[in-house]
Amino acid sequence: MKDYRAGYIKLALPKGRFLSPTASLLAEIDLGFQDYSDKTKQYRLRSARFPGLSAKMLQEKDISIQVAVGNYDLGICGSDWIEEFLVKYPAGALVKISSLNYGEGSIHVVASAEAGIANLNELSAGRNDYRIVSEYPNLAEAFALNLRMRRFRIFPVWGAAEAYPPENADLAVLWGKSGAHIATQGLIPLKRLLPVTAFLIANRESLENKDLSQILTCFSSKITAGPQTSIENELDISEELKVSRPLWQAKEINLALPDGHQQAPTSQLLKRAGLALQGYSEEVVSRRPSADLNWLGIKVIRPQDMPLQVANSNFDLAITGEDWLREHLYRFPSSPVKKLFALSFGAVKIVAAVSQEMPVADIDELRSLVQSSKFAPLKVASEYINIADRYLRDNHINPYKLIPTWGASEAFLPEDADMLIDNVQTGKTLEQHKLKIIDVLFRSSACLIANKDSLASSDKKEKMEFLTRKLQAGL
Amino acid sequence: MKNQKCKGMQDLLPEDMLRFRHIEDTFRTGCLNWGYQEVRTPTLEYLHLFTATGTLTPSMLSKVYSFLDWDGWSGERVVLRPDGTIPVARLYIDNLSGQELTRLFYVTNIFAFEGTGKENRERWQCGAEFFGGAKLAPDVEIILLAEEVIRRLDISDVGLQLSHAGLVKALLKELKLSPGEEAKMANRILEGNWQALTKAKSTNPEIDRLIAALLGLKGKSSSFLHNVRASFPKASQDFKSSLEDLISITTLLDNLGCSYKIDIAEIHGFEYYTGICFQFLAAGEKIGGGGRYDNLVPLMNGDDIPACGFALYVDPVMKLLPLEKEKRSESEILVKGKELAPEILETCFTVAESLRDAGHPAELGFTGRDESNYRWVILVSGKEPSPFTLTDCVQGRQRDAASMAEILKVVSEG
Repeated sequence: MKDYRAGYIKLALPKGRFLSPTASLLAEIDLGFQDYSDKTKQYRLRSARFPGLSAKMLQEKDISIQVAVGNYDLGICGSDWIEEFLVKYPAGALVKISSLNYGEGSIHVVASAEAGIANLNELSAGRNDYRIVSEYPNLAEAFALNLRMRRFRIFPVWGAAEAYPPENADLAVLWGKSGAHIATQGLIPLKRLLPVTAFLIANRESLENKDLSQILTCFSSKITAGPQTSIENELDISEELKVSRPLWQAKEINLALPDGHQQAPTSQLLKRAGLALQGYSEEVVSRRPSADLNWLGIKVIRPQDMPLQVANSNFDLAITGEDWLREHLYRFPSSPVKKLFALSFGAVKIVAAVSQEMPVADIDELRSLVQSSKFAPLKVASEYINIADRYLRDNHINPYKLIPTWGASEAFLPEDADMLIDNVQTGKTLEQHKLKIIDVLFRSSACLIANKDSLASSDKKEKMEFLTRKLQAGL
Repeated sequence: MKNQKCKGMQDLLPEDMLRFRHIEDTFRTGCLNWGYQEVRTPTLEYLHLFTATGTLTPSMLSKVYSFLDWDGWSGERVVLRPDGTIPVARLYIDNLSGQELTRLFYVTNIFAFEGTGKENRERWQCGAEFFGGAKLAPDVEIILLAEEVIRRLDISDVGLQLSHAGLVKALLKELKLSPGEEAKMANRILEGNWQALTKAKSTNPEIDRLIAALLGLKGKSSSFLHNVRASFPKASQDFKSSLEDLISITTLLDNLGCSYKIDIAEIHGFEYYTGICFQFLAAGEKIGGGGRYDNLVPLMNGDDIPACGFALYVDPVMKLLPLEKEKRSESEILVKGKELAPEILETCFTVAESLRDAGHPAELGFTGRDESNYRWVILVSGKEPSPFTLTDCVQGRQRDAASMAEILKVVSEG
């Protein structure tokens, strides 16, 4: 049931790129939250001025969804994530109140300089099967449909969209500071979809039923007619730009290496294995490191995206986590991706955890609790949607609702979710947030995965075996 | 917890199904009589089948139910069929395109998201498609077939409206918009916003005059079109040839005694149509429509085969059908035991089976059912010498029967 009591208001605040400008804005309009900084370990924040106002720090991608489902009355997040939500769910409960006029760059549709696509007319007239890679799959799909593209496939990625064209995608929908900034990445901006600015958003039901006026008044000095942010329908031809073309040529064997946390241990493993790479050290990370082996092509992408990319033969080999491999195989059981062997780093446990206050010790007790309809439907937050789905089905938890997250699922408990399924290294973070583990689903570590068809191919077999032998020796 | 139906989905209850089957049977009979053959296509198709023609509007395509299949790692989306014609065109291209003429019909459900959840997201339609042949004859055939089916369904006050996609496209071309602007304008018109066309001022006053005249006037015979032809001698060649096409169709319809109204701006959603378009209206609701779509098959990589077709929308027609008195004649005989003892039940099953074998629908009664709906009620007591009591519910008479043969004799004689 929604709580309409006056003065009891929940606000979702962004982590990441908009954290510090948002903190400054809130301080300026006398709506500050003491612990709202990137140093805090606290997700829950209390307003110094309004006792009934609480806030939580969330990933921006989560904020539009959380406000729409009504877990928060108000939120601040980027126009890109708002439109990504609204383009798919226009009739939803998300209301844009106003632009807050900070933020930079725009979401662009880009093509590789190599692809020979100079303008949008070629896309709508062409009969090619265009591969579009994006962190914004809904915006990408709306773009393709509006252009009446005859045939296209959307590849949602967790990040590094700019690394995919030309060999692994024809088009990308991604953020760029400017057309010139995009051109430096060897990409041609074909169309600007929307400028990225921070927005104040509200849940429709809250706006219609609850007195939010005290909070909205604080923002009043900042509420102005901002730039237009809905998707433009104009067909435009890109400006003249100097596009730097990356040196790229097709290689016989393609390997994907992880960015982020897994990068340092992977780099060490490669060193031990005697594979010298340029552009994959802690100091310098290139999206396309080069190796001494002239037949080996290397690209650095998100580990989450690797199984799908290997399945599509964009890579023959990749270093990812067993968790992400499983997540992929649960979704696509006949996918041609195979684990070759585990590596000696990135060990985590995938666990199910609940609030320490929930009176259950294991999943069986939780099932009884859900059956007694005290927690029905059970709300489960997870970044592993397919793993969580299978786990809940296999354990006959019924009914349940999955809340997809982009990491840090612990922030959702206990207010916005009853259980999380996430990876833990030590379990300390969970303890800090007063959560307890009730089940370990499986243990995961980094692993080498391969495309089965590549392994069977007589052209590739020998070189792939050479590489895997080397990597194994590095363990 | 209460079981819930998905938003926008509907249950068809026994009385709904009576009406549904009545529509379906009337449609099937009509089509079979005209030489059409029934086909059925799968519920799932590839999304690119519907995007490939470039004819469906973005707003329609954004409402499809599409998802990745269990082997969809290549990003190839599948979709719950959002349209009836395109899958049948695919079936035709894949299997039947060698034939000179192909007449096909189908009864199918289509899926489209609808925001409020109050309208149906799964809808049923009865469709017929005519592949091959020249123009005119198939156009008129498909209109007359649709008209006949609707007439046999006894729906009152049905109006037939005619328009022509070729005329609209010729008008659009005359506005000389950029390709992007023209696509946008076409989308608006397809969604029913004809005002957009009148607002788009062309540089040529003759075109403005033509647009105003066509959107404003409504004709009831081919004479109207003759008048249009005479009033606009300077219209483009495309416009004139579409007008001639519409004139020949309406002249034939006039001569065959089929009444209609010409209303260029009344029709929308004619996405892939190239020639004549028509729709049937009853009680203010669109109950069916169709038209000529000569480009669809070639756009789907088929041969250059012209085609036309129509669909009858089952959901609005069901609402308009007069409520039929419940037809319970299927179970004309009720067989019931005096008590629920196993021997009596055994006899009941045997009696009912013998009756059904002899062609009399027979239902078993176990509890105190209302017997007035049946022609006969047979009470099984199992007590010799006459273990059966027969009630003639129409005559209100009762008699005993000693054997199965006696029961059959009485029932058969009525």
